Amino acid sequence: MANSESKEYWRWTESRWTNPDLDWKDGDIISAGVDVGSVSTQSVVMVDGELFCYANMRTGSDSPDSANNSMNWALDGTGLPLDKIEYAVGTGYGRVNVPFAKRALTEIACHARGANFMYGPSIRTVLDMGGQDCKAIRCDHRGKVTAFLMNDKCAAGTGRGMEVFADLLQIHINDVGRMSLVDVEPEPVSSTCVVFAKSEAVALLRKGWSKEKVLAAYCGAMAHRVVTLLERLGVENDFAITGGIAKNIGVVSRIEKELKVTAPEPSIDPQLAGAIGGALFGKALVEKARKKA
Amino acid sequence: MKANYGYKDGSGEYYITIDTELCNGCTKCVEACPENVLEVVENEMDPLAEDLVARVSDEHRKKIKYSCAPCKPTTEPRTLPCVQSCEPGAISHSW
Amino acid sequence: MTTIGIDLGAKNTKVVILRDGEILTTASVLSGFDQKASADEAVNNALRNVGIARDEIKYITATGAGMDAITFANDTVTEISANARGITAVFPSVRTVIDVGAEEGRVIRLNENGKVVDFGINEKCAAGAGAFTEAMARALEVDLEKMGEMSLKSTKAVPMNAQCTIFAESEVVSLIHQKTPKEDIIRAVHDAIADRITSMARRVGIEKEVALVGGVANNIGFVDSMTRNLGYDLLVPKDPVVPEFIPAYGAALLAQDELNGG
Repeated sequence: MANSESKEYWRWTESRWTNPDLDWKDGDIISAGVDVGSVSTQSVVMVDGELFCYANMRTGSDSPDSANNSMNWALDGTGLPLDKIEYAVGTGYGRVNVPFAKRALTEIACHARGANFMYGPSIRTVLDMGGQDCKAIRCDHRGKVTAFLMNDKCAAGTGRGMEVFADLLQIHINDVGRMSLVDVEPEPVSSTCVVFAKSEAVALLRKGWSKEKVLAAYCGAMAHRVVTLLERLGVENDFAITGGIAKNIGVVSRIEKELKVTAPEPSIDPQLAGAIGGALFGKALVEKARKKA
Repeated sequence: MKANYGYKDGSGEYYITIDTELCNGCTKCVEACPENVLEVVENEMDPLAEDLVARVSDEHRKKIKYSCAPCKPTTEPRTLPCVQSCEPGAISHSW
Repeated sequence: MTTIGIDLGAKNTKVVILRDGEILTTASVLSGFDQKASADEAVNNALRNVGIARDEIKYITATGAGMDAITFANDTVTEISANARGITAVFPSVRTVIDVGAEEGRVIRLNENGKVVDFGINEKCAAGAGAFTEAMARALEVDLEKMGEMSLKSTKAVPMNAQCTIFAESEVVSLIHQKTPKEDIIRAVHDAIADRITSMARRVGIEKEVALVGGVANNIGFVDSMTRNLGYDLLVPKDPVVPEFIPAYGAALLAQDELNGG
């Protein structure tokens, strides 16, 4: 733990963005999605179903504060006041703690919907690898969930597991994936449990393995684990990976290789899928209410 | 929709699958389960619909290997009250 | 007739030297990278304790996760058999053995003759083994040996939701930040692992008397949580050997049985 305090190898870069081509004042329905994850929080604002602005930052110790902070950062400089957002949806692990949200929705529904927006209606399988969970989702052409499976009990196959390894090997989390791409693929780490995998990694280092080779063995193990999870649901093309691990080329390329599929390159930060889905549901719920009225 | 609740860890794979196309929200499984693992709620995976379906409660999702253990003794032949009580056959266990 | 039992565990390698049914000495060393070297070291330490030469040993039986690495052993037996033999010698009335080691939890049910009727193993997940309490001790910055004593001072049961060791570490850190007394957190840690072990034991079937063995049985906080779960006292071996030596003792007894013609 001393290492993580002096040098934070696990800490990834926060970001925000505003759409330069969109004026919120021209919009009819302004909706928002806030995905409060265990590790990161994303706020997305959409104007009539188009991406207007977003922020992606690390979750603090308090969920309502994290939701407020990320939304304030997303709105920063856009001139859009919070009270102009007609419908905000909270999702993710801290979904019930979004102070300005009208409704909390499960992240599984939001991820499917968000992936449908990000990758198009041909997406049928979404693998979301978050900080503390891993979800496999099957959906139809509208982004409606047809099957799902969630694993949030065990750290193996989650961003947290990868952070533990980044810390152990003292390699920045952003570099882990690239560094793991070695010429000769080693046998994957045999333990699923992160605690035991860590002991295994220490033994491999002592045996003289390079950090790169150990990372390759761990990325390989993580890829294999999520592939076995996916096999329970069945993989149908197109296939996309969302969540923080989607940025880890070491895990993504090995999943693709094992499944013999190619996940499309995301045009939008893949960590935003849940929040985008939330904002889209916000818009749909406004439309539903207007229809009733 | 096939909803899989549970997890896979180093020790094995533990999932309860509920087929929401078959589930009619009758709550018989809720009454049958001795450990209160199941509940019937609005289908959260389809926020625009309002149908009722069974699911594994949040409290048990991360420990169903243990929650369901009383119905799965290692020796005696086992009977799963939730599966037996479900007339449309919407519930299955992976282990 | 002198025999040796070696238990090459995930964390420690334990050795028991037996002469005509009596324990002469025991020794324990950390299981190193080279498992055979650890076994050698533990055996040599034990022999030195009592001034016995190696060639006086008639039979060596090995058990534990790394038993196959001990090429100088005459025989290997499973941890289940070793536990059954060891505990029956200490407590003949025991019908259920709960063994919680560093990386595995085991429950073994015995009949009145000490024969194994059924067993269950929780392996490959740290949450059901000693590695869990060890990781929690590190997160709490408390010595593992002090965990038991401290948890007995707890005045309040606090819930622990994480079922994974890695996630439980974060939960412990946030409980510390919320100024939850360490004593209460430690009790929650012991309750959490005791709940998982109890549930596994119930699947196998619990029959009285129940004995607790393995390194984690030295933790009085864990024993307390288990006692609360079962509603009656458990037997924890003290004499002639402490809990973590039961499999090595059992292996040494099985070595002796072998020489006596099975």
